Amino acid sequence: MLSDITIGQYFPGGSLLHRMDPRVKIVLLFFFLIGIFFFDTVGAYIVFSLLTGGLFYFSGIPMRMMTKSLRPLLWIILFTFAIHLFSTPGEDIARIWMFHVTWEGLGKGIFISLRLVLLILLSSLLTFTTSPLKLTDALERLLSPLKRVGVPAHELAMMMTIALRFIPTLIEETDKIMKAQQSRGSDFTTGNLMQRAKQIVPVLVPLFISAFRRADELAMAMEARCYHGGEGRTQMKVLRVSSIDYVACGASVLLCGMLALLKWNNL
Amino acid sequence: MSIEIKNVTYTYMPKTPFERTALKDVDLVIEEGSFTAIAGHTGSGKSTLVQHLNGLLEPTSGQVLVDGVDLNGKGSKSEKLAARDARRKVGMVFQYAEHQLFEETIFADIAFAPRNLGLGEEDVEARVKEAMSLVGLGYEEFKDKSPFQLSGGQMRRVAIAGILAMQPKYLVLDEPTAGLDAAGKNKLIQEILQLHEKKHITMIFVSHNMDDIACLADKVLFMNQGRVLLYDTPARAFQAKDTLQEAGLCPPQIMSFLEDLRDAGIPVDTNALTVEEGIANIMKAVKGKNG
Ligand SMILES: Nc1ncnc2c1ncn2[C@@H]1O[C@H](COP(=O)(O)OP(=O)(O)OP(=O)(O)O)[C@@H](O)[C@H]1O
Ligand SMILES: [Mg+2]
Repeated sequence: MLSDITIGQYFPGGSLLHRMDPRVKIVLLFFFLIGIFFFDTVGAYIVFSLLTGGLFYFSGIPMRMMTKSLRPLLWIILFTFAIHLFSTPGEDIARIWMFHVTWEGLGKGIFISLRLVLLILLSSLLTFTTSPLKLTDALERLLSPLKRVGVPAHELAMMMTIALRFIPTLIEETDKIMKAQQSRGSDFTTGNLMQRAKQIVPVLVPLFISAFRRADELAMAMEARCYHGGEGRTQMKVLRVSSIDYVACGASVLLCGMLALLKWNNL
Repeated sequence: MSIEIKNVTYTYMPKTPFERTALKDVDLVIEEGSFTAIAGHTGSGKSTLVQHLNGLLEPTSGQVLVDGVDLNGKGSKSEKLAARDARRKVGMVFQYAEHQLFEETIFADIAFAPRNLGLGEEDVEARVKEAMSLVGLGYEEFKDKSPFQLSGGQMRRVAIAGILAMQPKYLVLDEPTAGLDAAGKNKLIQEILQLHEKKHITMIFVSHNMDDIACLADKVLFMNQGRVLLYDTPARAFQAKDTLQEAGLCPPQIMSFLEDLRDAGIPVDTNALTVEEGIANIMKAVKGKNG
């Protein structure tokens, strides 16, 4: 049923990656993503691949999650590969009708696909090892300098937190309402498109009513606890940059230097 | 004729890290015409069990038969139709049933089920009228009102009427009185008893209130961690103190009270399920002492 869906990709764990400060993780991820575009040599990509594989291994995320995070974008990756394969001029391997498959194309196709795969895997590593709450918290912190120019950083983060918090609740609620209407003879599995569309109304109306009721109750409960926006608000779990984060930053800088050397030597 | 639950095991979200077996080898028969109460700790699997009775959940292993028909019959077309009809014999009132209301008028909401059954408008109207009178809502007064203008107790009545309009032979009530005030609760309990006695609907009643269970039920089922702990008449069930304790339940207040009296030295018979029986026992004890 609906309850089988698991929302969010967070995988609880205690690895070094899990324990890193989410702000540092976001910033480092950002630099790595830029790095992947900037250091576009074969040597650099071998280093990046090893790095990604290693991080996955040490974070304790099951390897099948790697393929799972790639699957939604599989077609884009294949499409990109095909375009480069067929459209790069160079030495022919084969000819299919009016298309030339070239050695250069093959190399470039693999290269670009690998770039996409690395981008996806590194980004999903962030969501795999960081709970949604920490993630929004970190975003709020990183965006807070923009408060001065009128970006409502706290409110945005709060909205994200609440939305994430209520996704499972709403799924559960939908499940319950569907069961209740099934008990009254609703049938969600047979009938043509029109009939099925009609069956959605008895689910959507109670769902909306309950969502509004919950929103109302939540607002009331927040108000009762003197919530008044982000001004002067402190946190129970304060984000702290620890030694792990310094080591990670240091290692990243070293890696950067190494990659720069590789690029300089055209490897 | 009966509901037979044969060796039912149910696992939520199998093959995921969140896997949880909520029912283990549940095996029992609910006789037609009985009033069965189901009690147990929070999370003991009561709601999971009753959702099997009209096919909302399909057993991971085992079978549920209503009047001899397997609710999850999948074979031939006739078997599937029979299964569907068998499911419709069992009405299901969920906890906080008023959350399922969605129509603009009370009439339309109660008519939802009979219309889904494919009845003609005349039959639908007759059924709505009957269902409303069964739960004590005046037809003319309420039929054109919006269900959302009502009080919580009235909304719950509308929801129950929406199930009664299917004319179920068996009625499952999952904590029907949760969240109602004392007066509304008593009234609803009386109406449920009436339905059982006058319309001969077989009741399956999930409740945390041992006093209600002692008054109403003629069979009690105690659940603990997904297993059946005890399935017996209330008189015998409430005698089994150890079992009660294991399930994290207390005997009805009147029984505890009589036991306290006995421990204080008054030789009173502690076997009483209702307040009336309790009073009678006390009167007997007092008279015996004086005379
Ligand atoms: N939709 C679901 N998905 C996963 N697990 C569930 C689901 N519904 C119930 N469970 C689990 O199954 C177990 C039994 O739950 P159930 O709702 O049957 O308990 P209950 O006896 O009705 O409790 P209560 O008295 O609180 O209503 C619980 O441990 C619960 O966590
Ligand atoms: Mg329950």
